[in-house]
Amino acid sequence: MNGLPVLSILIALPLIAGVVCLFVSANAARWLALVTTLVAFAIGIWMWAAYSVGGPQWQFQEFLPLGGGINWALGIDGIALLLTELTLFLMPICIGASWRAIERRVPEYMAAFLLMEALMVGVFAAQDLFLFYVFFEGGLIPMYLIIGIWGGAERIKASYKFFLYTLLGSVLMLIAMIYMVAASGTTSIPQLMAYDFPPEVQQWLWLAFLASFAVKLPMWPVHTWLPDAHVQAPTAGSVILAGVLLKMGGYGFVRFSLPMFPNASAEFIPLMFILSGIAVVYTSLVALVQKDMKKLIAYSSVAHMAFVTFGLFALNRNGIEGALIVMLSHGLVSGALFLVVGVIYDRMHTREIAMYGGLSNNMPGYALLFMLFTMASVGLPGTSGFVGEFLSLLGTYRMSTWGAIVATTGIILGAAYMLYLYWRIAFGVARTPEAAAMPDLSAREWWLLGPIAIGVLWMGVYPESFLAPMRGDVGYILQRVERIAPPGDSRPTPGKPQPEEHLKLLGAAY
Amino acid sequence: MSYFAAILPELILTVGAIVLMMVAAFAGRRAAGVISWLAVALLIGATFALIGAPTHAGPVFGGLIGADGFSSFAKVIVFPSAAIAILMAHGWFERGTEHANEYPVLILFSAVGMSVMVSATNLMTLYVGLELLSLASYVLASYRRSDDRSAEAGLKYFVLGALASGILLYGISLLYGFTGTMSFAGLSAAFARDGFQSLGLLFGLVFLLSGIAFKVSAVPFHMWTPDVYEGAPTPVTAFFATAPKAAAILMGVRVCIEALGPATDAWRQIMVFAALASIFLGAVAAWGQMNVKRLLAYSSINNVGFALIGLAAGAAAGASSVLFYMAVYVVMTLGAFLCVLWMRDPNGEPIEDLASLSGLSQTRPAFAAAFAIFMFSLAGIPPLFGFWAKLVVFNAAVKAGLLPLAVAGILGTVIGAYYYLKVVKIMYMDEPAAPYARVRAPIEGLLMLAAALIVSPIGYLLIGPLGTLTDRAATSLF
Repeated sequence: MNGLPVLSILIALPLIAGVVCLFVSANAARWLALVTTLVAFAIGIWMWAAYSVGGPQWQFQEFLPLGGGINWALGIDGIALLLTELTLFLMPICIGASWRAIERRVPEYMAAFLLMEALMVGVFAAQDLFLFYVFFEGGLIPMYLIIGIWGGAERIKASYKFFLYTLLGSVLMLIAMIYMVAASGTTSIPQLMAYDFPPEVQQWLWLAFLASFAVKLPMWPVHTWLPDAHVQAPTAGSVILAGVLLKMGGYGFVRFSLPMFPNASAEFIPLMFILSGIAVVYTSLVALVQKDMKKLIAYSSVAHMAFVTFGLFALNRNGIEGALIVMLSHGLVSGALFLVVGVIYDRMHTREIAMYGGLSNNMPGYALLFMLFTMASVGLPGTSGFVGEFLSLLGTYRMSTWGAIVATTGIILGAAYMLYLYWRIAFGVARTPEAAAMPDLSAREWWLLGPIAIGVLWMGVYPESFLAPMRGDVGYILQRVERIAPPGDSRPTPGKPQPEEHLKLLGAAY
Repeated sequence: MSYFAAILPELILTVGAIVLMMVAAFAGRRAAGVISWLAVALLIGATFALIGAPTHAGPVFGGLIGADGFSSFAKVIVFPSAAIAILMAHGWFERGTEHANEYPVLILFSAVGMSVMVSATNLMTLYVGLELLSLASYVLASYRRSDDRSAEAGLKYFVLGALASGILLYGISLLYGFTGTMSFAGLSAAFARDGFQSLGLLFGLVFLLSGIAFKVSAVPFHMWTPDVYEGAPTPVTAFFATAPKAAAILMGVRVCIEALGPATDAWRQIMVFAALASIFLGAVAAWGQMNVKRLLAYSSINNVGFALIGLAAGAAAGASSVLFYMAVYVVMTLGAFLCVLWMRDPNGEPIEDLASLSGLSQTRPAFAAAFAIFMFSLAGIPPLFGFWAKLVVFNAAVKAGLLPLAVAGILGTVIGAYYYLKVVKIMYMDEPAAPYARVRAPIEGLLMLAAALIVSPIGYLLIGPLGTLTDRAATSLF
């Protein structure tokens, strides 16, 4: 492009700021982290503006060989661009959410978040297989510390579970990566995306990658680390976990599983659909009976992520585009929901749903925003949730009607558990005097939730802004998978167009 | 004359050590500092002498010893880590009543032993080098005579070490009996010519490798390690865990490739078993340890397993990966032991209980951060450098077609990650315990900082140069 290593800057900036944070006072660390993440976001906006839609597949490329089979190779396509933007957008919000909530060991906390940001941008920008793995796994260390140091009562168990679960999934992927490099002779992700492994090898590689991404996404039945981690993590940790870390699993499927192992992807469609179907129904039902707000939203994340796997493994344009929009939308919505929970948790220090009630009376602004995000989670038209889920279901229907039927129950159940939650929190009468006395959103909280609300509505009303950058890249993935994708079982027969006179008559009638 | 140029480092160390021994004997306690510094200077001098030495002199002295790229690389690992072991002991012995004079001299003698071990191209030279190392080590382990645990460690090490030497010697005699030669080249030719026609050869090979496995503390010959590591004074433990271990493994690489190369199929099974057993036992047994030195002992058993995976892979890529792994392992382990060295209770007495690390991140943030970096690196978590060392080893295994071994080994890293995480958890997530006494040791601090920087992601810049060096060293074996 114009020679400026934007991606390296986006990785280095938070990294350096993070190190500096360790040596300054608590307040200085807060401001430094906020300013850094805002600057990074500004660079991100500029990057989006400079990204040429429909231009070359990989943009902002950088390459620096480090020797010994690893290269500092960065570059993004439209999919990575949007996920990077999501990361950069959520980070200042996370820092803001921790402004008052974190009192203990603030410099280290801010340093961990800035390190996290650098690693997450790295994951989406890496074009070298091993570099990707370094960023992908490196994120475990700061997240382990964030959950373990600043988490709730059961934080130690949750942090171990998070770390070891994810590590176990990822090491198998590492062996697969080593094998791929040995077989193909390149570590470049773009080259590997065009490399055809023998179908029988693809199966094993695909399964090894599944082990990692299924844990990260997470898919049923390896999702059990997620509720623990979410419940115990501080609010901002949950936001990052739900907003970005889970997306790494989906990104992995899009970047690796589909284009690199198309044969295996087509072969394992039934497996993915069955697991996703179980996830949708089972975790939605589990969410319905939760008494803990954060746990409920955590289970709803698992259900929503099943829409991602449904859409991706439909192996058609609607499905994949829908899955990607679900990822972006869920990044915003679930992040926002955790913030919404955080707002009242900061006031009452309990996550018990039964302790609240009637908040629409004393916190009208809060109830309004909560309603918006609830609706976005349910998938109301006009919000981002609708676009993603609709496209994903459409794609699923074209591959498997039964899959679509099961997946659609998720929307109904989703409406059930989310509205039930909203009802118990916001309507009725306050169950405790403390809940009735809570003040409405502060200016800081408006600043945190407002931008997300705008994002949710924007994506819902004009999704083209988000679909356009990834269109070409989805097309590339389709080129790789479509030749092998099995025909769907739905056979929609196009109807005959109405005769022209008829239309004229109709027109006249109006 | 070129013969002597080839063994210049050994000559420097031997002559220096003998002179220093005389000084130590007659100068009394006040010379301790001078002797330490001179010993360090000798080791640095010997390292620089490697640059001048003809690295491709090949076998000299009638094929008894070989100075090649491989031995040079091994010595570059061994000499500096021996020097660091001396530097670490400097502050340590000032507190106690022990005679510190002989310590640097003993380290020098063991350095000579290791140097001979890694360049031996004949089983007899190999044995002489190994025994020189071992005898010095027995004394070092029991260096704190007044301490029961140290005396016990020395005795235990001596008895079991003598047994292992016996096994090794028996293996050598069997090999000699059945092939009529003790030179590596001769053995290789005999194996290539006759294969395994007699059971005696097989027994010889197994005994030889068992003896080596004892020295590197690979399972099932690891029993002595936790006790000796726990009982020996901390600088000595740091020394045991780094230089002799690296030297013994690299000696094993040379034996397996140069002497037993044609019998690869035979020893590969042994290595695969020893590697996996070490990884899993090292990982599982460390879970319950509450003594930091015992924990690091099991960690070293665990790490040897990964190095053996590289050895099992064989070929130049495998040998190169072992060199790479040991180089990184030595840095990580020295760093971890430097941290242990700084664990002092409020009275300044050494303390080894893991619980004493509680909340260290709040009382001593930089110290805790360094310790955490070494722990994550030993666990092989990216982006720390220990990850890349493991990757190199697994890469060699996959290329050699040992995919199941690589998968099993990498699953072992997850089990092992648990106890490294436990140390981090204690330091970062528990409530602060009584703060440690501050240690005024700028050299140790600088060494710790240097090790932490190498292990941090900055170390990735070393991948290229280090990879080139290890490749060059490994190809000199073939």
